[in-house]
Amino acid sequence: MIDSSREMQRGNRLRALIPYLFVLPAFLIFALFVLLPILDTVRLSFFDWTGFSAPNFAGLANYIELWTDRLFITGLGNNLRFILFYTVFPIGLALVLTAVMTRRRIRGMSLFRAGYFIPYVMPMVVVGVVWRWIYNPAFGPLNQALGAIGLDALARPWLGDFDAALPAVGLIATWVQYGFCMVLFIAGVQKIDESLYDAAQVDGASAMQQLRHITIPGIRTEISVALVTTFIAALRIFDLVFVTTRGGPGDQTMVTSLWLYRNAFQINRVGYAATIAVAQSVLILAISAVLLRFTRTSDQEEVAQ
Amino acid sequence: MTSGAADRPLTLESAATAFIAWLRRLLRRIPIYAFLILFLLIVALPFISISLAAFKTSAELTRGAFTLPAEWRWSNFSDAWTQAHFDWYFRNSAIVAVPVVAVGTLLSIFSGYAFGLMRFPLSRLLFALFLLGIMVPQEAYIIPLYYLLRGIGLVDTYWAMILPQIGMSVCFGSFWMRGFFSSFPADTLDAARVDGCSIWTALWRVLLPNAGAAISTLVVLLFIWTWNDFLIALVVVSSDTLRTLPLGLAFFQGRYASNVPLMAAGAIIVLLPTLIIYVLFQRQFIQGVTSGTLHG
Repeated sequence: MIDSSREMQRGNRLRALIPYLFVLPAFLIFALFVLLPILDTVRLSFFDWTGFSAPNFAGLANYIELWTDRLFITGLGNNLRFILFYTVFPIGLALVLTAVMTRRRIRGMSLFRAGYFIPYVMPMVVVGVVWRWIYNPAFGPLNQALGAIGLDALARPWLGDFDAALPAVGLIATWVQYGFCMVLFIAGVQKIDESLYDAAQVDGASAMQQLRHITIPGIRTEISVALVTTFIAALRIFDLVFVTTRGGPGDQTMVTSLWLYRNAFQINRVGYAATIAVAQSVLILAISAVLLRFTRTSDQEEVAQ
Repeated sequence: MTSGAADRPLTLESAATAFIAWLRRLLRRIPIYAFLILFLLIVALPFISISLAAFKTSAELTRGAFTLPAEWRWSNFSDAWTQAHFDWYFRNSAIVAVPVVAVGTLLSIFSGYAFGLMRFPLSRLLFALFLLGIMVPQEAYIIPLYYLLRGIGLVDTYWAMILPQIGMSVCFGSFWMRGFFSSFPADTLDAARVDGCSIWTALWRVLLPNAGAAISTLVVLLFIWTWNDFLIALVVVSSDTLRTLPLGLAFFQGRYASNVPLMAAGAIIVLLPTLIIYVLFQRQFIQGVTSGTLHG
């Protein structure tokens, strides 16, 4: 430890500044382009502002409007629906895959793992464009495949269909997220003590029991990281909707980020857009805090045992 | 596989039992591999399908999504590259990503060094602010960021994409490099101090030569985040000549949705750099992502 506080006591004031000089460049650019804008969002959320004229103080009016704004409520509801596709399905699927791969010598394991992870590293715009093609109503692979097996009746313009649009976008999210969850879980499983499984085997525990009593408790931290990240992704969803449906048809896939973007940059209700941003961020931070706290206490319980 | 049988005298019977045991093991594994390959196919099929579409003519698409193109039309790629301006977009992406990653990494090394190995008043507060920057989503500050950039005349320039993304990169970067520095063996560092290393020379001579793994993971993650960024570029840039690859692709799709082959070729051009970087640095990637990082 390079103890600069002791050096300060020696009266060498200049040396005491050294740590700050190391932090300063990063902090300045962060403060100017991230930190101050965060604070400014909070300030703007109390104003009516078109972005051009002078802002008018509006008190809590924007926050009150949130509760009656049909599109905000619709958007938030859709964000919650997307949790099913961002969090529940991927984590469930990843747990199944992890259970299959646990404790088995699988040739090419790293190849499989690397493959499953590919969608997660791709730009969301590319993912959206690829899937727009899959869902293409005229001659996309999905409708063609359905036709080929005699299920023409199921074919539809997936992203333009009132009932199918949200699940269709959601499944893209599942496709992106499950590989990420699985890679996390496999890394967790590799840290579990092998002897636990050996003992369970001796006791005649079934594969299902081993999953429930050894694997899942063993990767609790990884599961909660997956929970937090996918939850946040579902509450923030923007690129994917922007590229695939732009919130349509009607407002079937409207989400809060998209409504924020429209208010801020298309219909010039900048103050109100800031209010949506505050509401969304508070929700995200609160959920992350709760989930992270939940994991931390469960870790401590394990240590205590 | 049957080496266990070689120790015993090789009779027809023992060979047969060994063979059956081997076959049984193999058969038991087939469902697992089938399962794993199925999921690999679910990942691969959309990419394969769009790749095939990228080589066809629009007319040919109606004849089947999974048929091979009658003639591999490489011209779709050159058309996308020049006519659809993917050459500009590619250049813009590079102009933005390279300085963001280079400067972001360097500044993160400096601040991570201070946070990891020096004690100073306010260090906990400052570090907590960087963590806040990791947790808070971009949507939380994109609006004032736009007006700030407009106010200082940077909207619709490369700077409008570069500067904010350096600001975002140093949040995660400081956190990441602090983790490396604080876990550095104290003995080695003490030895260097006894040898009269200053804070500055200790960084360059002792610490950084051992930081290869940490820095390369950071570089790869920052590169992909910057290269894939959509929201910042969407908001702060309006000229087509400044658009990055993801943005160019999104707008191209908005205008020419009916020209599927050209769009497919564009999508391939956008995804190839990411794919190449991923294949080359797969280990760093997975290590970085699985170390439990939350990125805003």
